[in-house]
Amino acid sequence: MATELIGGVEIHVDEEGFMTDPGEWNEELAPALAKEIGIDELTDGHWKVIRFLRDDFAKEGQTATLRRVSTMANVPTKDLYQLFPKKPAKKMSYIAGLKKPVGCV
Amino acid sequence: MPPKFEDEATDRKLCIIVSKGTMEWSTAAMVLGNAAVSEGIELHVFFTFWGFDAIMNKRMDKLKISPVANPSMKVPGTEVGMSNLLAALPGMTAFASSMMNKEMEKLQVPPHREFMQMVHDAGAKFWACRLTFDMMENTVGLTKDDLWEGVEDIISANDFMELSEGGQIIFI
Repeated sequence: MATELIGGVEIHVDEEGFMTDPGEWNEELAPALAKEIGIDELTDGHWKVIRFLRDDFAKEGQTATLRRVSTMANVPTKDLYQLFPKKPAKKMSYIAGLKKPVGCV
Repeated sequence: MPPKFEDEATDRKLCIIVSKGTMEWSTAAMVLGNAAVSEGIELHVFFTFWGFDAIMNKRMDKLKISPVANPSMKVPGTEVGMSNLLAALPGMTAFASSMMNKEMEKLQVPPHREFMQMVHDAGAKFWACRLTFDMMENTVGLTKDDLWEGVEDIISANDFMELSEGGQIIFI
């Protein structure tokens, strides 16, 4: 499996670059991952989403969809698109060290 | 290599024509639309003819699926097609609709109005067909205020041709 050096740490990734081992992720890694995809600073708004994704993944075993984040973490859809422009579902998962959501909605 | 999200952020444009106001087809439109906007694709949704049910405040919370003349609809829990005689019994449309609602809820598909809001908040533009509007103005006294507030404008087929230039079109 492919590995990649992000922020000085070696991580395992899939063919699209998403981390495959959630255990390799920690909060120090998130800013480095964010920079890789053009998000230079993680605000409280970003962290709220990232931490929800991590908690939810720990419970559910899969990455929450945008709809789940907006309803369960109370982050309006508009904010998600502002925080993670253009491709919010993929970007939030990437920074949280998770696979992209598989759900349709 | 990390994903090249920005490079992929495409100039792709998608236009969905919604010509039906049933629960299943309006949901199909919103599922595709939602997928498009969350991939950074510019999205326009044009509602025409029966599709108006999906943008009329009075009707959009009560969209239905009809079991009549629908060979794909089976008697629940079986592979037996529902006969039209059975499907035509009073209450069957309401029953089928409530079942579908429940199933969609399980899959976290939002109710139609909320789904529309979600796709709208993500940047999609919704348009109403001029000819349909004029016809409904004459027949049921429809006014612009009867349309859901997320509808950008009432536009003609020619306007739609202009705004869909260079885009891909899905007709539902």
